[in-house]
Amino acid sequence: MVNLVVAGAADPMAQFAIKRIIPLELFGYDISFTNSSLFMVLALVLISVYLIAAMNSRALVPGRLQSTAESTYEFVAGIVRENLGEDGKKFFPWVFTIFIFILTLNMLGMIPGSFTVTSHIIVTFALAAMVWVVATIVGFVRHGTHYLKLFVPDGVPIWLMPLIVPIEIVSYLIRPISLSVRLFANMMAGHTMLKVFAGFAVSLPFVAKALPVLFTAAFTGLEFLVSFLQAFIFTVLTCIYLNDAVHMHDH
Amino acid sequence: MEAEAAKFIGAGLACFALIGAGIGIGNIFGNYLSGALRNPSAAPGQFTNLLIGFALAEATGLFGLLIALIILFG
Repeated sequence: MVNLVVAGAADPMAQFAIKRIIPLELFGYDISFTNSSLFMVLALVLISVYLIAAMNSRALVPGRLQSTAESTYEFVAGIVRENLGEDGKKFFPWVFTIFIFILTLNMLGMIPGSFTVTSHIIVTFALAAMVWVVATIVGFVRHGTHYLKLFVPDGVPIWLMPLIVPIEIVSYLIRPISLSVRLFANMMAGHTMLKVFAGFAVSLPFVAKALPVLFTAAFTGLEFLVSFLQAFIFTVLTCIYLNDAVHMHDH
Repeated sequence: MEAEAAKFIGAGLACFALIGAGIGIGNIFGNYLSGALRNPSAAPGQFTNLLIGFALAEATGLFGLLIALIILFG
């Protein structure tokens, strides 16, 4: 999609262009190291360095850095506990990884001139597909074929079943799409809007330049909120899907 | 009408889906606020549900935006 857009400085879509840094090819597939890969590696290094440095001292009374790491941990642990209960403990490392990875990628994208990895649907879809596949496998391992009862809600009159069951199946199958599209569209639309308004600041006459500049500054703050909120929502929905798989409809 | 023009009109029409998302998100936050003002002590417990409702309402609108993007660039 992005490749079709003509690259140019004033083009709001140019920020999403993928550039090859180290061209590589394997069995006819393009596996080049791109700016997207670079920012994923950067996020990984940042997360690792931050968490290792923060938890290095392992003080009983945490210092400043250690408290930030602990409150991040406690925040995600709270989401998992709230949605999955005690069964959620063994999913916690995975959910925490998803949360902090998406959050770091979103926040890295807020640095002017950097690249937002999560503004590409292929990245978010890979993450969402992983969540969906894991949840489905967990469901079938836990409940066997009984898991299919997820599509047959309790207390529905039998004559409504031909209508309800297809709806439930479609809503289950559409989960990875809605999960990935939400993150991708939010990040992409927000960054495009910032660029469009920054473009107004260039093209408008002298005095009127102040308006788009102020708007962009205010909207950058909102974008930080959206970056965090989308990482949070992705995590919460991951937990909800896992909860469906672990507990099905009963609690 | 040229095919190119029809494409742009179609993409614009697909963005109408965001009207529904706007109404939905406004409804959710408005109702949360009125509920929270009536019973402030119960409000923090429902904050996660608020964000889930917001996310679900928003997703339907974003599907429309996705269609617009597919029309434009697909």
